[in-house]
Amino acid sequence: MDTQKFVIRQISIFSENRPGRLAAIAHALGEEKINILAFSIAEANGFGVVRALVDHPEKAHDKLQSQGFNIAFTDVIAVKMKDQPGGLYEVAKMLGDSGINIEYSYAYSGKEGAVLILRVDHIEEAIKKIKNSGAVLLERSSFHG
Amino acid sequence: MTYWDPRIEKIPQADLKKMQYKLLKSLVYRLYSFSPFYHDRMKEQKVHPDDIRDISDVRKLPFMFKRDLRDNYPDRLFTASQDELVRYHVSSGTTGKPTVVGYTQNDVDIWTTSLARGLTSIGLGRGDVIQVSYGYGLFTGGLGMHYGAERIGATVLPTSVGNTERQIELMQDLKATAIACTPSYLLHIGEVAEKMGISIKNDTCLKTGILGAEPWTESMRTRIEDWLGIKAFDIYGTSELSGPMYTECAEQQGFHIWSDIALVEIIDPKTEEPLEAGEKGEVTITMLQKEALPMIRYRIGDISSMEDGVCSCGRTHPRIRRIQGRVDDMLIIRGINVFPSQVEYTLMTIPEVGQHFQIIVERKGALDDMLVRVELNKGSFSDKINDLMQIRQNVEHRLRNALNVNAEVELVEPGSLPRFEGKSKKVIDKRSM
Repeated sequence: MDTQKFVIRQISIFSENRPGRLAAIAHALGEEKINILAFSIAEANGFGVVRALVDHPEKAHDKLQSQGFNIAFTDVIAVKMKDQPGGLYEVAKMLGDSGINIEYSYAYSGKEGAVLILRVDHIEEAIKKIKNSGAVLLERSSFHG
Repeated sequence: MTYWDPRIEKIPQADLKKMQYKLLKSLVYRLYSFSPFYHDRMKEQKVHPDDIRDISDVRKLPFMFKRDLRDNYPDRLFTASQDELVRYHVSSGTTGKPTVVGYTQNDVDIWTTSLARGLTSIGLGRGDVIQVSYGYGLFTGGLGMHYGAERIGATVLPTSVGNTERQIELMQDLKATAIACTPSYLLHIGEVAEKMGISIKNDTCLKTGILGAEPWTESMRTRIEDWLGIKAFDIYGTSELSGPMYTECAEQQGFHIWSDIALVEIIDPKTEEPLEAGEKGEVTITMLQKEALPMIRYRIGDISSMEDGVCSCGRTHPRIRRIQGRVDDMLIIRGINVFPSQVEYTLMTIPEVGQHFQIIVERKGALDDMLVRVELNKGSFSDKINDLMQIRQNVEHRLRNALNVNAEVELVEPGSLPRFEGKSKKVIDKRSM
């Protein structure tokens, strides 16, 4: 199975926890006409990590790096959910039954329905298990232009 | 091994002592006879020039402090008239009112000679291109280094500070082999060069850094040398002594203090007693040949120790070790003495954090609270919060071990801490605001 087409490049940005940092990131991406499809902020004491799925991750990486941001690529996967009560339960149960450990996750509900973004330990193995369970994984091409 | 003046640089130590004694004796007679300030000071101390019978009798003489210069602003301590002066320099006054230093032609010549010996001992000379990125003007760094570099026959590139991108272009185009600036400005130059896609190590001819005008550490030296592919040498001096005057030799084991020019003592700042070689204390200098503004037992406020053996480079003049802090930049945190240089030393050994840092001290309730802000290096960021927490904990742990006091650490974005072109200001003590 070609697992690679399900691997999505998320950008992660180190950010101090002070007003205006998210605006600075969003402004830089807007200037480059980069569309943000989903994002989340994880915060610890004093700093945070902004994670985002964008349509042009390389362009976003270069732009933010040139502005001095500390930025890294991270591989994630996206599982389609039913956009109705119980939708998350179905996917979460499947992940639990398949023994997939989630490092972190965030979700959005968009044009193609509800999507759960997952960062997992062993991405290839996880992709195989999810496919075997019959759940739908979104391909990289549906995010990156 | 090349020497600028081997006759004096390798003179037997016994002869050097005799020479110092003669110079000191005539200096003291001159000042006692012609300077009301020194005359009164010596009377107060109940010392007469006849009491100076040996070089160790220097300790009978009264001390001088920065405040003596300030209190006598602008020129009341000068022992030369204005028409004998060829130059003024004025200190920036970061710790109070500015101080003015005047120079006769002979003062400038001796200053220049001192640097010529030092620069030669580093291995610089004819054929080198020395980029002087110290400020030119009232500050002594730019002009002092300029004269010293010209004297040894090197080509001077007088870029002064600022306009960093142009400095880097000129460094490349004119093939600068050495740069003289503050260590923090060299770090800034290195970062700006990287942004321009230029590696100082691979894309320039730079081989030597002559770095000073602010305290720095051995671990900073290692980092600069590895990163930029140069040898970095410490240089020492202050405007009261003339300016930047004393460099390390190729051995990198402390500054040679030319004993025909200056008599150095290390004293205990509390008891004011002289300390033995190797013991740490306050650097105190008597300038033996200055004409316009003599300095006797001047308490510079820098903390270091002295080595008085013959250096492996063959020079017989004593060395003072890298400056470890200032009597007045020592922070007292919960009763424990902390020098910013200790913080720098510790941080420079942790690869995940950058060269720039800031110490913020506040009083929270009855307790002093020290916060160290440090930049997370690119490449050490992995998306995982846990990794970041671990880096921070590690830095806190290492600082606690080194300082014996708790410091909270804040990881900040690269490039977000202030950069300095001249002397850097790394400590914000809100307790005194």
